[in-house]
Amino acid sequence: MQNRLRINCSRENLQQVRDFVRGFLLTAQRSEMVVNQVVLAVDEVIANFIIHANGEDQSQFLDLLLVLTGQQLDIEIEDHGRNLFLPVGQAPIPDLRLYIQQGRKGGMGMALVSRIMDRVEFFERDAHTVCRLSKLLA
Amino acid sequence: MKVTAQPTGPVQVLLLDGELDASSAVVLDTELSKPELLKFQKVLIDCQRLSYISSAGLGVFISHLQRLQDADVKLVFYNMQEKVFNVFEILGLDSLMTIVPSQAEALSA
Repeated sequence: MQNRLRINCSRENLQQVRDFVRGFLLTAQRSEMVVNQVVLAVDEVIANFIIHANGEDQSQFLDLLLVLTGQQLDIEIEDHGRNLFLPVGQAPIPDLRLYIQQGRKGGMGMALVSRIMDRVEFFERDAHTVCRLSKLLA
Repeated sequence: MKVTAQPTGPVQVLLLDGELDASSAVVLDTELSKPELLKFQKVLIDCQRLSYISSAGLGVFISHLQRLQDADVKLVFYNMQEKVFNVFEILGLDSLMTIVPSQAEALSA
């Protein structure tokens, strides 16, 4: 089972992305907790592409592909923007006590993604950044 | 995402309704940035209708926590849905923030 979505780089589209992923996984009758975790991981990556890779340039767009084969979920997010954006795939949990002391707002998204998904990869394809996420759904 | 403030004496209750993401986090940030918030003894976050939180939402709370602590204002979350609590757990924030099941426990925390 697979489905695709294209969105332009506006953070207003994050809700549409989450509804799309939820709809796909709930159709496959996955638990609410698992669905929420996957929705979160996709939201975090897409938010990073929108905000940090493309500076919320609405003339740029992203393609989201969801593929579910039995229990194996594979997700691909392709950034059609001009800049390559290749963050670290496996991000450690930051020192949140330090973040609290510093009053820091960001920097936790990829740590969440790394903990939720079994595999996180960023690579270049045809001068575009592609993020691939994989998870074996319990 | 809607934030409704319900002050009751020395306690400010903020009801969160909706999904807290990179788009809506600014609404919460605005509320938590209000100088008058520091006049309360406690700020209770009612999460019953909070159906989703991303790192942007967590970041808003993290960014205000020290300021509240320095002013002796206690921040307490309650009525949190399991899937939302799970996000705090993934990062270990459940041990750094006060999260209780009910308003009664939040008031006495």
